[in-house]
Amino acid sequence: MNLLNIINEIEHVDQEVHERLNPRRAALKGFLNFGTKVTAAAMPFALGSLFNKAYAQAPGDVKGILNFALTLEYLEAEFYTLGVAASGLIPSGPALGAMTTIRNHENQHVAFLKTALGADAVSKPSFDFTAGGAFADVFRNYDTFLALAQVFEDTGVRAYKGQAAGLMSNKDVLTVALNIHSVEARHASHLRQMRRSRGGAAANLKPWITGANDTGIGDAVNAIYAGEDNKSQAGVDITQLNGIGGKISASAATESFDEPLTAEAVLAIVKPFIA
Amino acid sequence: MEENSVITKNEALKRRSFLRYAGAGAALATLTIAGCNKDDDMPRHEDGEYFGSGDIAILNYAYALEQLEAAFYTKVADAPYSGISALEKSYFIDIRDHEIAHREFFKTAIGGSAIKSLEVDFSSVNFGSRDSVLATAKAFEDLGVSAYNGAGRLIKDSKYLILAGQIVSVEARHAALIRDLISNGSFADDTVVDMNGLDTSRSPGEVLKIASAYIKTKLNVKDLPNY
Repeated sequence: MNLLNIINEIEHVDQEVHERLNPRRAALKGFLNFGTKVTAAAMPFALGSLFNKAYAQAPGDVKGILNFALTLEYLEAEFYTLGVAASGLIPSGPALGAMTTIRNHENQHVAFLKTALGADAVSKPSFDFTAGGAFADVFRNYDTFLALAQVFEDTGVRAYKGQAAGLMSNKDVLTVALNIHSVEARHASHLRQMRRSRGGAAANLKPWITGANDTGIGDAVNAIYAGEDNKSQAGVDITQLNGIGGKISASAATESFDEPLTAEAVLAIVKPFIA
Repeated sequence: MEENSVITKNEALKRRSFLRYAGAGAALATLTIAGCNKDDDMPRHEDGEYFGSGDIAILNYAYALEQLEAAFYTKVADAPYSGISALEKSYFIDIRDHEIAHREFFKTAIGGSAIKSLEVDFSSVNFGSRDSVLATAKAFEDLGVSAYNGAGRLIKDSKYLILAGQIVSVEARHAALIRDLISNGSFADDTVVDMNGLDTSRSPGEVLKIASAYIKTKLNVKDLPNY
């Protein structure tokens, strides 16, 4: 990636460049260099310390988490790429526009994570978006496609959230993961609005998650929303807090905090989609 | 209340004494942001509502932002702009309740080290105008997302990081909705998401510089971790 080369060039000339780079750019640089195959000794000081931090505190962990994230992004990217390309699937206009925006983000996430991991990046699995026939019409029926899009995004939000603590040893990687996480949440919000506008079982769907499985899709997606109905955070019962005209409602308590998922739970959710 | 506190009682008591120095100045907040100060057990004599240091300061920072959002949406829901649809009104009531839940959660969790209720200034907002309300809501939600995203790297205790993650995705859901109410399809446009598909993050200093336009209470954030 050119950006990587440019920043490296600057750094060779001026080793204190980190102090003048804005944090966002510095974060990007630290992230992009994460997977490059250079020994610490050969690297300029600032870059070397980033590396040491990443590897000394959690060898393997950060890389494993990034490959886990990459696998999810591969799934999402291919899903939207196939969906947008399927003729007659997505109505032209705002719907196709939104799906194209989301497709682009997911492909950008794949490219970014692959660059960061370099040779350590896992390769793309083969996907079966029908999940063995359970969603046989996924690329022919817009509502099936929308339903899967929503649950993939809600899963992605939970998946990144579940890995945040594991990335604390590398602040730059953590920041990037957080910046992907909130984009997935923006996607989820929009897809939920799109499903609501289709009516039927999704007629009352909100941009946020109410209780556990609020999708109207059925029990097949229960695991994706398991635990989202949690009303207690850090030992504080949210429904005992004062709201307007009484305590915070149970719905608001569950909506106001999204819940993380473990990698194991996420992998169990996506496994049926891996051929 | 004490049992609910995420922060230990000792720590809360230790910090509480510093609050005596916190003035309740009504002047517009003038912010001085310092880097993370290791020497955080020294009393601070500066005026202003003292945030504390370390993770406590970051929790108070989140608490301050949630206070701002909750106050804003409480006003919006109390006196909706003319011509508001039933659906829009229900969304604003939901968002108000989420922000109040966040605010009250932080107040309880921080316990004795919590900053007081901040005095807000929404004189720049025309609450009768849909455009003005939505533009302000968009600014607050996008700012909130960038604030939590940017604060993550400063948090030391993983349980606070996870809590921040649990809240930021809800703020992002709000942000996307508000943006779509302004212009459908702008939920994640290139004013907030960059060419790598990454959302925006801001340092506490950057966020408070923007937020201070809406906060009357003088803040003392000199020990708030920043970069």
